[in-house]
Amino acid sequence: MMAAIGGFLSLLLHAALTLALAPLLVGLVRWLKARMMGRRGASPIQPWRDLVRLLRKRPILAFHASPVSRAAPYMALAATLLAVLLVPSFAGGMALSALSDLVLIAGLVAVGRAALALAGFDAGNGFGGMGASRELAFAAFAEPALLLCILSFAVLAGTTSLDGIAAIFRDGQVGLRVSLLFAALALVAVALAENARIPVDNPATHLELTMVHEAMILEASGRHLALWEMQAALKLLLWFSLLLAVFAPFGMAPAGAGPLLWLKGLALWLGKLGLLALALAAFESAISKMRVFRVPEFLGGALLLALLAAALLFVSTGLA
Amino acid sequence: MVGMGMGAALASAALAALGLLVAAWALAVGGFGPVALPFGPPWGALSLALDPLSAWFLLILGAAGLPAALFAVASGLSRAQALLLPPFLLAMALVLLAADTVTLLLGFEAMSLLSWGIIAARGQRRAARLYLGFATVSGVALLGAVAALAPSGFGFDAIRAAPPEGLRATLLLALVLLGAGSKAGLVPLHPWLPVAHPAAPTALSALLSAAMVKVALYVLLRVVMDLAGPAQPAWWGVPFLALGAVSALWGAIRANLETDMKAVLACSTLENVGLLAIALGLALMFRGSDLRPLAALALSALLLHALVHACFKTLLFLGAGAVVALAGTRDPDRLGGLVHRMPWVAGLMGLAAASAAALPPLAGFSSEWLLLQSLLQSWRLAEMSFQLLGAAALAAAGMATALAAAAMLRLAGTVFLGRPRTPRAAGAGEATGLLRLSLLLPGGFLLLLSVLPGPALSLAGGAVRRVLGPVAQPPASGLALLLPDGAALFSPVAVILLLGLLLALGYFGTRRLSPEPPVLGPAWDCGFGPAPAHLPFGDVLTQPSAAGAAQPLRRMLGGIPMAVAERHDAAIPGSPWPARLRLRLRDRAFPALVQPLTRLRRFLAREAERLRDLSLRGFVALSLLTLVALLALLAVLERLR
Repeated sequence: MMAAIGGFLSLLLHAALTLALAPLLVGLVRWLKARMMGRRGASPIQPWRDLVRLLRKRPILAFHASPVSRAAPYMALAATLLAVLLVPSFAGGMALSALSDLVLIAGLVAVGRAALALAGFDAGNGFGGMGASRELAFAAFAEPALLLCILSFAVLAGTTSLDGIAAIFRDGQVGLRVSLLFAALALVAVALAENARIPVDNPATHLELTMVHEAMILEASGRHLALWEMQAALKLLLWFSLLLAVFAPFGMAPAGAGPLLWLKGLALWLGKLGLLALALAAFESAISKMRVFRVPEFLGGALLLALLAAALLFVSTGLA
Repeated sequence: MVGMGMGAALASAALAALGLLVAAWALAVGGFGPVALPFGPPWGALSLALDPLSAWFLLILGAAGLPAALFAVASGLSRAQALLLPPFLLAMALVLLAADTVTLLLGFEAMSLLSWGIIAARGQRRAARLYLGFATVSGVALLGAVAALAPSGFGFDAIRAAPPEGLRATLLLALVLLGAGSKAGLVPLHPWLPVAHPAAPTALSALLSAAMVKVALYVLLRVVMDLAGPAQPAWWGVPFLALGAVSALWGAIRANLETDMKAVLACSTLENVGLLAIALGLALMFRGSDLRPLAALALSALLLHALVHACFKTLLFLGAGAVVALAGTRDPDRLGGLVHRMPWVAGLMGLAAASAAALPPLAGFSSEWLLLQSLLQSWRLAEMSFQLLGAAALAAAGMATALAAAAMLRLAGTVFLGRPRTPRAAGAGEATGLLRLSLLLPGGFLLLLSVLPGPALSLAGGAVRRVLGPVAQPPASGLALLLPDGAALFSPVAVILLLGLLLALGYFGTRRLSPEPPVLGPAWDCGFGPAPAHLPFGDVLTQPSAAGAAQPLRRMLGGIPMAVAERHDAAIPGSPWPARLRLRLRDRAFPALVQPLTRLRRFLAREAERLRDLSLRGFVALSLLTLVALLALLAVLERLR
């Protein structure tokens, strides 16, 4: 009973924290990037200000816009939010941890992508459809790489539940492995592509022809744009939390732990998020965006790395 | 004489409904054993039986057949085609109900011939000829498979009692793979499928894609997993896994290259057949490695995905047919914005496309989740080559799933969303009456399967036990899907409720903070401004065409299954002509497989022609030599025994 209440409370706290933190994280990455590039940069809470301002504005829809344009942002947000609720952050054993299957999380991310692509097609102009077709093409490479990473985790942890994987990896039974390093590299590449970051896409671009993610929401305005921005921010947090839960789960409070362990987990989680944001900002400052048709090579490399990770695991478990 | 065609279509609907009822009854109480018919070949009467495995596939046939027949009633078929419809359904049912190999072969050949008649009756000569060629090969190969089983007997029970072994079993595997595999459309025996399936009228396209490939799959499953006995080695799964992975990728990439609606759907069938073959291969490999619970998982994935695919593919084809009937074309470049004109068709097509794209929480995700989970368990196979093969198949299946999503979203996006590209599309009507009902039916099945995949799997439990023995259990627990040792859980009901809750919270929360309704205006379009008055729908050519929306994937992956010749005529500044993109796509199987075979056939025909000019002595010598050769063959075979 206590565990159930604890799980529920930690889920509520997790939900509130992620909602509050997601735009801050985006703001932090932007601020760090600006600093590294020698600019002063807007304050990290700028995305929150933008969201609040956009939320007050009414959206303008094209005459030919269908109900899809109105429903898509809510659908994408709900799916991404559910995925975020399934990824453990500071504590394991949250109320929904039984559902936290990695294949389902990949599916929920795909729902967000599909809603975005449909909104792009519904815009009825050149850029929307172009962005949608590019985004879907990238997913064709990112998804198998993600599944192969899941395969590596399943071999090591015996489950595809993210909560279970995090718990087993946290206890350190797995140790450091070359295959996990390869899987980490592959998963980072997938995360960059999924979040439309450099080198796959440029989140700060102003040139429509080079856009992928932004091209699909060019027609969105007012609260719809706010919802899309929130969804993108939540997705970034989702992938950060996912990477942390798998590869750096130390400090995460185990299932049934009390508030003190939560606090420790929380502090460590925030610190790790900050480090990841720093790493992302440094990475994005250091390299440039790729041509669209170079992206398959980048993601294909991730796919090969993930396959190599699985193959190495088969070899090592076969020898053991 | 329209009445006769209508009567035939109505009779087909009644037959399909009867099939559904019989299948449901058999799944509930267990069916019936072999019943001998009062006629048959000299060595034994033909016989029929309905075990749970047959009943499951009969359910699939009924679920696809009933809406398709209703659609045929609503949209009207030519008399010849309508008269071929009931026998076609009966032939497919005969394959499923057969309890001996001769009946199975009879039903299969009748099914091939009738479906050829349906395609040929429409005057599609090229498609019909191509199909007939492959159907002949598959028929001959299946005849060989029956011959390979003949030493054990003809009745299924007799064959199960003395399953084939050694060389004979391997021969059986090769023959049935060639025979039923080409009917299912496994690469490289697939070139007919994307040509023949769209060539039939819509109701029959739906049947070909949703039901006939499943019947071929049933034959594979029945022969390889049931009749060949449980003692076959694990490597039997390898050809299925490899061919399935290639087919899934091939079909999924091709679905992204085609532009015609029905061709996209036919290629998506190819992809799904590949996924089903992967599941069959996995089930064989798990069973051969003594991992019965995992074999049950893979087999359940196969059974559930076969049913789900039948539902969404029927709906997709019938929806495409409704678009043809109401908007006059199935070319996405002449459609667009149909969601305003036909919200029912668009909504139902959206449901089916989202299922085909394996988006949670819909039925397509449940079945593909099972499939991906069984692939994720493939590392439990002891041999490293199998593990690596499983990992490669996982990557292929994942890529195929993502590509299928891309194809379905492109289809839905270009046909139903955006702006109408022609006045005809802008003035399209809505599906009403029986037409709407024929779409609502598979839509209802899909929703039911989305909520209740667990109970559906429990219903398939009999089929799983028929194949894998009395202790096998499908991976269902109540309403949820649960892997054998609790390694993974997916509860569609919980996901649907949570998504609904979050959707409601998000919507009402946002609208509370921002209550004003949206304003309508001209599209911003990056500042292009409103279109001039003589273009009431804006400049429609600024929307991506179907081929344009396929461009990224065509450039990235298109060269693998197809030879792509792309010609782009850029707009000349000052000229009123728009830019044009011309494409020529050709499946690589044509130069690699079909053309050499055609050449071989011509060569053999020419050589055979020369025999006509032999002298009398030559004829006598030929007959004598043939006789001697046959006797020698007999002697060798006797020695081998």
